[in-house]
Amino acid sequence: MAAAGLDPDRLEVREAPTDEAAEREGFVGSPTIRVDGRDIQEVGDQPVGLTCRVYRLRDGRISALPDPADVREALRSAGRALA
Amino acid sequence: MTADGIGLGDPAPELALLDTEGETTTLPAPGEAPATVVVWTCNHCPYALAWHDRLTAAAREYADRGVRFVAVNSNDAERYPADSPQAMTERYDAAEWGMPYLHDDTQEVARAFGVLTTPDLFVFDSELRLRYRGAPDADHQDPTQGAAWLRSALDALLAGAEPNPAETEPVGCSIKWRP
Repeated sequence: MAAAGLDPDRLEVREAPTDEAAEREGFVGSPTIRVDGRDIQEVGDQPVGLTCRVYRLRDGRISALPDPADVREALRSAGRALA
Repeated sequence: MTADGIGLGDPAPELALLDTEGETTTLPAPGEAPATVVVWTCNHCPYALAWHDRLTAAAREYADRGVRFVAVNSNDAERYPADSPQAMTERYDAAEWGMPYLHDDTQEVARAFGVLTTPDLFVFDSELRLRYRGAPDADHQDPTQGAAWLRSALDALLAGAEPNPAETEPVGCSIKWRP
């Protein structure tokens, strides 16, 4: 976050412990990363629920984690919006 | 066998589950196959999806040597419709698996084995004693790993040796147990 010009203290970790919380948050799986409320990757047709999230890396591989480049890009975009 | 499932050397629990054709599938009888692999998997877990091609490739390749593979989905299909029998059939029919895909509706089989995650692998010898349990390989993100731990265990059993490693930590999504 700091590298993107953002304040690391603004990082908020939130837990969705129940189906109701997942529904309320529109939570499609762990981990979900939102920057200024926007998901770093298209949610697509993934259903809301307490589960692991399916990510596609930039080379097409399936992963349980987002591509680091997608995270960096989302943070940089937010940083530019602040500048 | 313990309350938490089976350990190395334990016999395979009874398994008789419906496949995607509605046929009951069981494990081979002792002495019927040189090794048997029971893979817990599902339709929506990223770890299971990432490792899927590596596991089906191994199933197809080791079939020539008599090794039997079965895949089992024990997730609560009511809360996770992506794991419903219909969704299982649709996914199964869309690709070549090299193993039947079974639905553990009551989750009793998963509890008997002590399954933790998808995927979670149980490799049995010809007498259906557990000889390897754990992950397919060291990294779900790296297809070049090629299910190396699974293949190593099978190669050892087929050569009459003990798998090494015999246990690795299952890595993946937790089984979606019924409330």
